[in-house]
Amino acid sequence: MRHHLILRVITKLLLAPIILFALYVQFHGDYSPGGGFQAGVILAVAFILFGTVFSLEKVQRVLPPALVHRIMALGALIYAGTGVVSLFVGYNFLDYGALAHDPEHGQHLGILLVEGGVGITVTSVMISIYYAFAGRQPIISDQDW
Amino acid sequence: MILELEFVLGHLNYWLFIILMMTGLYIVVARGNLLKKIVGLNLFQSAVFMLYISMGKITGGTAPIFPVDMKIDPAVVYSNPLPHVLILTAIVVGIATTALGLALILRIRETYDSIEEDEIYDLEQIIEIREYKEAEANR
Amino acid sequence: MMAIVGIAIIRTTRLFAVVMLSGVFSLLSALLFVTLDAVDVAFTEAAVGAGISTVLMLATIALTSRTEAKPTRSNVLPLFITVVTGIALVYGTLDMPSFGTPDAPIHTHLVPEYFERIPHEIGVPNIVTAILASYRGYDTLGETVVVFTAGIGVVLLIGGFGHRRRDEDDEEDNV
Repeated sequence: MRHHLILRVITKLLLAPIILFALYVQFHGDYSPGGGFQAGVILAVAFILFGTVFSLEKVQRVLPPALVHRIMALGALIYAGTGVVSLFVGYNFLDYGALAHDPEHGQHLGILLVEGGVGITVTSVMISIYYAFAGRQPIISDQDW
Repeated sequence: MILELEFVLGHLNYWLFIILMMTGLYIVVARGNLLKKIVGLNLFQSAVFMLYISMGKITGGTAPIFPVDMKIDPAVVYSNPLPHVLILTAIVVGIATTALGLALILRIRETYDSIEEDEIYDLEQIIEIREYKEAEANR
Repeated sequence: MMAIVGIAIIRTTRLFAVVMLSGVFSLLSALLFVTLDAVDVAFTEAAVGAGISTVLMLATIALTSRTEAKPTRSNVLPLFITVVTGIALVYGTLDMPSFGTPDAPIHTHLVPEYFERIPHEIGVPNIVTAILASYRGYDTLGETVVVFTAGIGVVLLIGGFGHRRRDEDDEEDNV
């Protein structure tokens, strides 16, 4: 494994900045280019990188596939739930004025929740697609590449 | 056809993106390998996105983000943000369809042992003939 | 430059090179989006196109085949279809406004109203996020559901349930 040593060290060093950058992009989506989708993809890339350089079993110990499938549904639920909460209070569907005492604060809160839901969904979908592809048995062994 | 320089220069961007679109379409139609077809489809999609975004650009404009303290200078021209919103959605939907297409390619490979369109077609013909003969024999 | 990459994708038969070229194409289109002032779109295209798409296609190549077979049918009909479609599209763009004019209908219809309403109604500097999450929030809900459906579809088709060896799908070495 000597020739994979550089990859492993660099990956371990890079994982923390990637996750930090993904969280930065998620929460600064209001002030600079970014938002839920971009942050979700970047966070998924951190886990995919870990799974590619180390083995699939290790990354599946950190994030079991069953958990990822449930988080997928949770993200979509958060988004739709924000809309339905507005319905219960008496406003229209997805009307963020219902979420706080002041419409502008309601908009801020609503956008935060909604982008959070989108980010969670995109992350877990990308990770579960990677698990599905990487879990197959390969036809051609590594030596023949 | 109006061929003044100003007209041509103003529409050149649309025509260049149409050329890229046609490259993608040619890959989808002319090549038999399924993976290449998906790559060609992605190419086509990207060219369509570029067409839409270029429609939203204003000469002398800037990226559509207000200053952080929200003191908006009325003299600054912002490029149109509506196409950006639509294309953002379209990019994510594009990757969803690409992922599903690649999953289908994997299953096709397992069933037919090839991802070339011609070989799959021939195999399908053979399977159909065999089933027809079996149905005839069982009658 | 992008046309060169496109033509290279047509002519290459090694699929690994095709996937890498598509990644290069995504990166070039992200650069083009930045030049056209679409920074959000460039971010997304670079992350999604040059990142996730390339990874998934490489995984597919590793599980299927590495080269493309030679095409057996003639190229005349596809070329003819492509040229005819291109001419029809060019004919359609003859009516469109020139590149970059500020008074085209696309710029005067709804956007000035958004520019006025956003500062005091939403108060968020990034206009694209404000429109995406608040004014067009329902479309974004639909998009999230589409991504979710794609995830479910892939899991159903391929089954990412962890390391479960299913015997009937074990690949023999039939390279």
